[in-house]
Amino acid sequence: MIRLNTAALTKAMPQLLSLMLILFLNYLAFPGFFEIRLQDGRLFGSLIDVFNRGAPVIILAIGMTAVIASRGVDLSVGAVMAVAGALAATMTVAGYPLPVVILAALGAGLACGLWNGILVAYFDLQPIVATLILMVAGRGIAQLITEGSIVTFTEPGLIFFGTGSFAGVPMPILIAASLLAVAIAVVRRTALGLLIESIGINRSASSYAGLNSKLLLLVIYGFCGLCASLAGIIIAADIRGADANNAGLWLELDAILAVVVGGTSLFGGRFSILMSALGAVIIQAMNTGILLSGFPPEYNLILKALVIIVILLAQSFSSLGGWAFLKGEFRSKGTKRQ
Amino acid sequence: MNARLLPLCATLLICLIAYAACVFQFPAMFSTRVAGNLLTDNAFLGIAAVGMTFVILSGGIDLSVGSVIAFTGVLLAVLITHYGVHPLIAFAIALLITTVFGASMGVIIHYLEVPSFIVTLAGMFLARGMCFVMTTDSIPIDHPFYTALQGLFYRLPGGGRLTFIGCLMVLVFLLGIIVAHFSKFGSYIYAVGGNRTSAELMGVPVARTTIGIYAMSGFLSGLAGIVFSLYTSAGYSLAAVGVELDTIAAVVIGGTLLTGGVGYIAGTFIGVIIQGIIQTYIVFDGTLSSWWTKIVVGVLLFSFIALQRILVFLSLKRATATSGG
Repeated sequence: MIRLNTAALTKAMPQLLSLMLILFLNYLAFPGFFEIRLQDGRLFGSLIDVFNRGAPVIILAIGMTAVIASRGVDLSVGAVMAVAGALAATMTVAGYPLPVVILAALGAGLACGLWNGILVAYFDLQPIVATLILMVAGRGIAQLITEGSIVTFTEPGLIFFGTGSFAGVPMPILIAASLLAVAIAVVRRTALGLLIESIGINRSASSYAGLNSKLLLLVIYGFCGLCASLAGIIIAADIRGADANNAGLWLELDAILAVVVGGTSLFGGRFSILMSALGAVIIQAMNTGILLSGFPPEYNLILKALVIIVILLAQSFSSLGGWAFLKGEFRSKGTKRQ
Repeated sequence: MNARLLPLCATLLICLIAYAACVFQFPAMFSTRVAGNLLTDNAFLGIAAVGMTFVILSGGIDLSVGSVIAFTGVLLAVLITHYGVHPLIAFAIALLITTVFGASMGVIIHYLEVPSFIVTLAGMFLARGMCFVMTTDSIPIDHPFYTALQGLFYRLPGGGRLTFIGCLMVLVFLLGIIVAHFSKFGSYIYAVGGNRTSAELMGVPVARTTIGIYAMSGFLSGLAGIVFSLYTSAGYSLAAVGVELDTIAAVVIGGTLLTGGVGYIAGTFIGVIIQGIIQTYIVFDGTLSSWWTKIVVGVLLFSFIALQRILVFLSLKRATATSGG
């Protein structure tokens, strides 16, 4: 067990080291970075902020990991966030009770995800194409729900999801952490994770092996839609309003980036939800760092582009066997263990 | 009839029916003014869509289009307004940068063997970020050369204006058709998109073709940026957000398969015009809001993709039937 953990830790080393490096740079730019204080029964501080702001992307990345592991991609999560946020805000303003609002918003996300799943699994569309439809139309639907205006609300129950706290921990962090724990338990304590990897590696072979890959894909995309709607509710609750045009804009790209930074291959197969969450935290730490160091937030985009390029170079280097020499030691150990 | 022509015919038919329906409701839409404006208003979209058609024909995707348009606009504005460079020289600089930018994305896609969407995603961030680094303000462009180009139009009978940028788009489409169907490079693109491995075995220079495709897409995005800056007389770093989606939608509605290898440049032109007609209809109607454009485009996207799936399914069935019998 201990050996397994060290192996996992070795694999996570590049990500952990880069996170530490970014946090250290943040500390240099802003000496108060690691200060955490308790105020009005809630934790405050830049480090808490990294997790708090990163929570929506962590949640998106959890769903996106499953989709990418199945050799797909979901471009519609940003638009689905906007739909869920718009629905939650509009229904709250219309006076529906909180449980109904939450269920309706989650249901809308699930429906969007299932729609994507049907297109991918049963219509055999390429995932990029299938989810592109909702990416374009989703924002239109969200604007239809809010009738083009930014709907604001003051209902404390819904706002609690964005800015409230429980035992000192902000709600978004709690929600993201519980979802993370549940998702990891479900995919690793059951065969589900293995099955997802198998359709990612070879879908037709998995089908021949007796796996109902269509149903599984439907479930995966449905789950991704559900995650997106959860993130949408949090963001709407955070700003106390729903902006159909800007809610979740470009977040699908952040989610994909988080998964890629976490080391899951875009070609499907082996995945790690925990590493994707770590990837999301790395991205958010970069965002916060740039804001704290006083650079204009626009530099963020260039930094993200550079990160993608570096990761691509590293992945390509390792796939061409560049690491093989360095890793020879670990590989032989790995085969012995099996 | 050739099954490959069917999506194109369906697109043309939908375009004609949509236009006829619009004219039936608003007779004023049947005028050269509306037709001229359709070309002018969608000129930048059309030019970018030609580049996107080539990329999609080769089986890839280019998400950087919108950002490159904005980048070109901002670069032109900065060069012309702040540094007093002559617009023609600024155009040349902008086109050079965007072509090199596209080519380097092609190099990464080909040699590192990474999916095009993640590379062009990085390109999208990079180009948009460069805009912001240059300036976050909207810079107006006020130069006699710009005014001259903007005032250049051919007056159609009925008062319509065939503007310079509208003609430029039509010209780019014509050149695109020639390159796609009557040049060696064009047949290479179709070959790579149809089946990369077979193309390589047949002796198609895959590396040169891939890099050429993305360089061309970069060049055309730069040209679209120039047209966009002529159209708006300004450079703004938040301009043209989401244009990549509009161009992809135009390409797909135009009947090009997103799996690559099948499609026509002419179809993309009709796809652009259909989007233009929807927007014009919304303007004429006055009560509908602009978000209906997105929903209708989404529905059209779905219908065309479904149509393509059915066609592929039918042709597969026919192929197995003939090989079996």
